[in-house]
Order: sequence, then structure tokens, then C-alpha cells
Amino acid sequence: MTIFIPTPLRPYAGGKPSIEVEASTVSAALSALTQCHPELRNHLFTPEGKLRAFVNLYLNDEDVRYLPEKDSTAVTAADTLSIIPSIAGGSWPDECLRY
Amino acid sequence: MAATTEPITLPELTTEELARYSRHLILPEVGMEGQQRLKAARVLCVGAGGLGSPLAFYLAAAGVGTLGLVDFDVVDASNLQRQIIHSTADIGRKKLDSAAEKLQALNPALNVVKHETTLSSANALEILKDFDIVADGTDNFPTRYLVNDACVLLGKPNVYGSIFRFEGQASVFATETGPCYRCLYPEPPPPGLVPSCAEGGVLGILPGLVGVIQATEVIKLILGQGEPLIGRLLLVDALAMKFRELKLRRNPECPVCGPNPTVTHLIDYQQFCGIKPETRQEKAVKNGIPQISVTELKQRLDAGDDLLVLDVREPFEYQIANISGKLIPQNDVPQRLAELDRDREIVVHCKSGGRSQRIAEFLAQNGYTKVSNLAGGILAWADQIDPKVPKY
Repeated sequence: MTIFIPTPLRPYAGGKPSIEVEASTVSAALSALTQCHPELRNHLFTPEGKLRAFVNLYLNDEDVRYLPEKDSTAVTAADTLSIIPSIAGGSWPDECLRY
Repeated sequence: MAATTEPITLPELTTEELARYSRHLILPEVGMEGQQRLKAARVLCVGAGGLGSPLAFYLAAAGVGTLGLVDFDVVDASNLQRQIIHSTADIGRKKLDSAAEKLQALNPALNVVKHETTLSSANALEILKDFDIVADGTDNFPTRYLVNDACVLLGKPNVYGSIFRFEGQASVFATETGPCYRCLYPEPPPPGLVPSCAEGGVLGILPGLVGVIQATEVIKLILGQGEPLIGRLLLVDALAMKFRELKLRRNPECPVCGPNPTVTHLIDYQQFCGIKPETRQEKAVKNGIPQISVTELKQRLDAGDDLLVLDVREPFEYQIANISGKLIPQNDVPQRLAELDRDREIVVHCKSGGRSQRIAEFLAQNGYTKVSNLAGGILAWADQIDPKVPKY
């Protein structure tokens, strides 16, 4: 399946806008992704392994949080997974520049 | 005809207005009544910057009767690459005055309400209450959560837009039936999780794209036409020029718009976003790193003190402006420690002090004992020491 990487996270994914992984569920796809790009792990998950509150995951156009089986939902090669972090642009001091 | 639940009588259009808005009047979706609705409408634009510029411009052109603007900033040369409401001659002027002048020139019938302030928990409800729709053009998380919560508390739609580099988001939040920003993102990201401020920046055209999408949504809400972006998050990728759409749902556990809200009044949004007010003590030493001011550094360099000024920005930034420091981009520092003498005093700097603080902490962890951080970075240097150093 295709995983879309948002701009702020691309530096931790080899600069790529999307990455193909082979997986049977949403969580397996994320594991495959963080295995190829370990730097992403800290940006997506808390140290306890929970998805960070300011990162949303969409399977096609549906929020994974609202799928009946959540991240255990089965996926096919034709599905897309989008990582959507909160963003704020413009001119903001270094200290506060975040997603 | 207008929905019968609305008791307001719509203002008549003058002869000049009939001529001015003729291309609207012949659209069945706008027509006479729609144009009168626009004339009666009161819209608040939070921010007169990248998003606010096209947003306010098009709303003024479209015949929106009252436009409120909230901004406290002054026009800087680096704004002009995207904030098209301001001109070169406006550098140094209040954005509010510059924007109001352009809007009034475009449409003299427009009533511009200027709020020269930072939107805060203390004034937000008072400012927002006089408007029908709020358009959020802010570039920071504390204000974004503040606008969201205030809109939910007052029951006013929040037309949202946000940008980062080549990517944008837009949606309509806080309507009677739809989700709010907190349904999408219950919490802001903690400060400093993204390590590099060199990742900032924005394609100048992008706020134009996203701001015009916001303006379109505002107009549709006023007219009651079409399908507003309620419950949908529009994603704009300007590099790929792709528009995608995601479904948004109202979060039943949303702390502000859910059935059992825990946020029932405006809170301290700086604190909520993890931004602590700096005390004097923290300013002088941050995370164990002494903070040196640009004036102090200048004095010490003039006095001939032996210290190394280490610039940890990217080479392209160095090319734009530098203060003759030794350039080692932040990501190269770990591999190039051999070039840095542990016995010599090192002052680390970057653009405004964030990256250099992290590198100073890294050096301290690696046995460097005489490391300090240049507070405010090269921007402070340009402001306070040498105006010939370009700001970017």
C-alpha cells in the first residue's frame, strides 16, 4: 500500500513524499514504515508506542480512529494511508516552529 | 427567499452597488438577495498576513459589508513575498493600517473594523461577538486553539486555513452540526519536537491558494449556497498540485464541542501549547546553557576576547547573511566535533536562537564546558548591532 508522508516528516523518511509498503493491516503498515525509517518512530509515536495526539491517520479518506477495527483494519495494495500532522506556517520563531 | 427563521431585514442595494455587483446579481446562486446578504454580513479576519491578505481582499471585493481585522504586527520586507495586501512603501507601517487602506481603496463602501491587538483569552469573546463568521488566518497554535474554542463557545463558524512550506489545509469548523479543530487535533504538538527551523518557510503563492479557498467558504456560508467544507479537511499540495479530501467527524469526547465539555471558558493557550513565560533566570541560563545577548557578544568581540562564533545554520542561510562565524550546519556538528576546540569558548548562533540552543546543549553533553547560546540569533544582531546584515 502507499503511505503519504507529509512535508514536515519527509526529512525523516529520506525526503520522499510517499512510501510503498507491503502489509495486511494498518498497524503492520506503520511497523513496516518505521522499520525502514526508524527516525519517524519518535515523531509518530509516544515512548509508550501510542500514536501522538497531534498526528492523525487516514485510511483512504477515513480517520482510522473511527474505523470499527481501528489500526487492526485490513488493508490491500490499492489502499492509501495518509499521515496528517497539525501544521502552522508563516513566520514563527525557531523555538515554536512545529508541525 | 431568505430562511423565514431570520428576522433581520436585508439592506437595500444602491444604484452604484447594482452596477458594481452585476456579475454576482446575474448568478442565480447569488442574485439580489445574496448580494444583500453579503452587504449585511460581518466577517472577522484574524491576522492580516499571508492568509488574511487574499481573504480580506476578496471579501471586500465581493461586497461583504463589515470586515473586522485583528493584527498587532508591522509590515516587514520579508512579508511581501506573500502578504499581497501590503506594498513596499508600507514597510514599517502597522499591518492593520496598510490593509485597511487597500481594502477601503478597493471598496469605499466597506466598513473596516480595526482591532490592533493580539487576540487573547481576555479579549477574544468580546471581539468575536460582533461578527457572524470568523476566518482564522493565524500562523501559530495558541491563537488557533483560542479562535477555535471562542467560536465553539459563541456558536460562530470558524473558516480555517493553515500552511506549511508547500502544503495547506482548509476546513470549516464549529458549525452547529460539524466538528471543531479540537475534534481533529485534541492537543497541539509539544514545542521543539521538530528539530530544525531550517525546515520552515512557505511558498509565497500557497497562502494565496488557501486564503482564497477560505474566502470562498466564507461567501458560501453567507449565501447559504453549495456544500461548505464542514466535516471535510481539504489538503492542498502545491508541488504535486493535488487536492485531496478527508472525512472529519465530530469527536464524541471533544473537550470543547462534545456533549460533556470540560473546556467551558477560554483558558491559557500559551500554557496549553507548552509555551512557558520566560523568567529572568531562565533567560540568562536555559537548560544549563548561558544565554549571551548580541550587545554582550559585540562588546566581547570588540575587546578582542578569544571566542569562537559557531554558526549552525544551513549554507544557503549563511550566503544570505552572516556575522563571520565558523559555519557547521547543525546536522554536521556531530561528525565535525574534531574541528571544535574543547578549551576555547564557543558562542553558538543560528537565525533566531532555537537551533543553536539545541546544538549548545549537544556540545555540553559532549564535554564542552565553555559554550553559550546567542539569544535572538542573527536576527537580533541585525536589529540591534548591524542593520546592514540582511534579515530573512
